[in-house]
Amino acid sequence: MHLPLLFPSFPAATPPVPVKMADKPVPVVEKRLMDVKLGELPRWVAGRNLTPTGLVAGVFGAYDRYYNKYINVKKGGIGGVAMFLFGYVAISYLWSYEHLKHDRWRKYH
Amino acid sequence: MTLSLFNQFLSPSLMWIPLAAIALALPWALFPHQTTRWVNNRLLSLQSWFLGQFTQQIFLPINSPGHKWALLLASLMLFLITLNTAGLLPYTFTPTTQLSMNMGFAIPLWLATVVLGLCTQPTQALGHLLPEGTPTPLIPVLIIIETISLFIRPIALGVRLTANLTAGHLLIQLISSATSVLLSVLPAVATFTITLLFLLTLLEVAVAMIQAYVFVLLLSLYLQENV
Repeated sequence: MHLPLLFPSFPAATPPVPVKMADKPVPVVEKRLMDVKLGELPRWVAGRNLTPTGLVAGVFGAYDRYYNKYINVKKGGIGGVAMFLFGYVAISYLWSYEHLKHDRWRKYH
Repeated sequence: MTLSLFNQFLSPSLMWIPLAAIALALPWALFPHQTTRWVNNRLLSLQSWFLGQFTQQIFLPINSPGHKWALLLASLMLFLITLNTAGLLPYTFTPTTQLSMNMGFAIPLWLATVVLGLCTQPTQALGHLLPEGTPTPLIPVLIIIETISLFIRPIALGVRLTANLTAGHLLIQLISSATSVLLSVLPAVATFTITLLFLLTLLEVAVAMIQAYVFVLLLSLYLQENV
């Protein structure tokens, strides 16, 4: 057993200063949405393609990504459609909030 | 407390986009495109099976010139059944509760069948106005009655769908508001109304699907007469 190798003395065993392993910094606009920090969000949105064609392409791209991740899989279950319908209910609630807030319980009508 | 019973049938707008637009776009998102693969994902396989069954069922009694209508009637069926059942989810908007939309489906499609019949086989199309074996004195009256019934068809188609869905939604709202009021006052009666609400919801799911099927079935019958 090479005990000196197993228990090297501290100064000799310190490795040299490591080379920086991080990737090159990516421009904010090219990052994926989940990687954008909250403070960078306005800059990210401003840098995206906001023309009508670009927006439509964005919608279809999002649909394709969702479809290929949750529905177009070998053993897809009810989860993919259920999440989508739940999102639809949530959006409908948001859309009609201004109208719905008048329906709360109140003491005097 | 709701301000009015019919407030649920409104389509509020956010940033100038009405909720109806989102509700109408839903069927597009729920039904994926056909692919050239041999085995598709489960949703697409289910959809293909359903479409095949439905188209075969509807077009069995129709002769081959009428088969050109297969795409139209199958997509109409999918559209209506999705709109109807998705409208049962909370806070959603059901476009088929609007008479304008249902008449927008009923009148053009009915008129298409009538014009098709009158153009391709006018004698037979007009012959439908007099059932076989009618006693001679009754003929004038019966022709008038059959003409009226012919023109009532689109109105009946549209109003049937609207009325069924609107009535179902109203009943659900009434019984659920009764339940929520009774829960604090008379919990025993509230359990009865909750059971009623559960059964009613099941009925509404069935009605949603049946009404869509009836709409398309009647159109196929009108087509069968005229093609």
